[in-house]
Amino acid sequence: MKVIELHKSVTESNDRDADKLREELREKGVFLINLMSSAGSGKTTMLSRTITDLKDRVNIAVLEADIDASVDAERIAALGATSIQVHTDGMCHMDAGMTREGLNNMDLDGTDIAFLENIGNLICPAEYDTGASCNVMILSVPEGDDKPLKYPLMFKSSDALLLSKIDALPYFDFSMEKLEERVRYLNPDIKIFPISAKTGEGMKEWEDWLLEELATWKRG
Amino acid sequence: MHVAKTLDEVAEENHLTKIGSVTLQIGEVSGILTDYFIDCWDYFKVKHPVLKECVMKLEMINAVTFCEDCKQEYETVKYGRICPHCGSEHTYLVQGNECTIKEIEASDG
Repeated sequence: MKVIELHKSVTESNDRDADKLREELREKGVFLINLMSSAGSGKTTMLSRTITDLKDRVNIAVLEADIDASVDAERIAALGATSIQVHTDGMCHMDAGMTREGLNNMDLDGTDIAFLENIGNLICPAEYDTGASCNVMILSVPEGDDKPLKYPLMFKSSDALLLSKIDALPYFDFSMEKLEERVRYLNPDIKIFPISAKTGEGMKEWEDWLLEELATWKRG
Repeated sequence: MHVAKTLDEVAEENHLTKIGSVTLQIGEVSGILTDYFIDCWDYFKVKHPVLKECVMKLEMINAVTFCEDCKQEYETVKYGRICPHCGSEHTYLVQGNECTIKEIEASDG
């Protein structure tokens, strides 16, 4: 027996695969966004509204990842957008290989933006590079302003934070100032968009940013 | 499991026929439950011919946090995010979140 020193990160094989997927998507011209949040924060509702608002300007496809059921994919398909449901069979996050497999089963011709709606949880989805070019997370008002303290990695690894359900602010002890201070400490460059997919408040700012990011990505 | 995939690749690159053990460095606050991790390893390894008899060894790394205000280090697990020296919240983890494959013992038949 001989000893071989490796000093490799355990996620190295996934990181390499994620880089490869990013190149593949670049060739196809599909801008992949990894959307993360806890369960029930309003990912599907936010996406539905975004798809409807932008339907004349960009083609959006959605890869729904859940442990089971296909209710989310059905909601998106009802809007006329391309969607597919991936069952992770108990896994609590998506890695690059699973994401590729899901995308390979979709007709992405003419698609500008593909959203990967990751499994609802604030922990392990943040640890795995999915091959996306942009990470967006949602935190809903009822979850509380202390979440950046408890789940720092997700706030650190996201390019944008959508603070959802702001129409519910009057009913919760939620401090926007505290949240922003805690988030900015972890990630000074993160974009923060307070939104309500129900009333439409703040959606335009988020959608404008999304279109800008797409344009920047297309320029390479 | 990504560890198995990486080791399969290493075995191929180095023409190894059998990997007898793998040593991982695990940070104290990496969130890895070491008992479950080893159970999981024993379940996965049999699916990979080179890893069938591979024993997983874990080396723990203590978690240490650094305070940006008073420039001192302290034990993360004992004191958490708030610096015990000056009460500051402006602290960051220096080490303790690792999950690295350190080395393997192997034979090339």
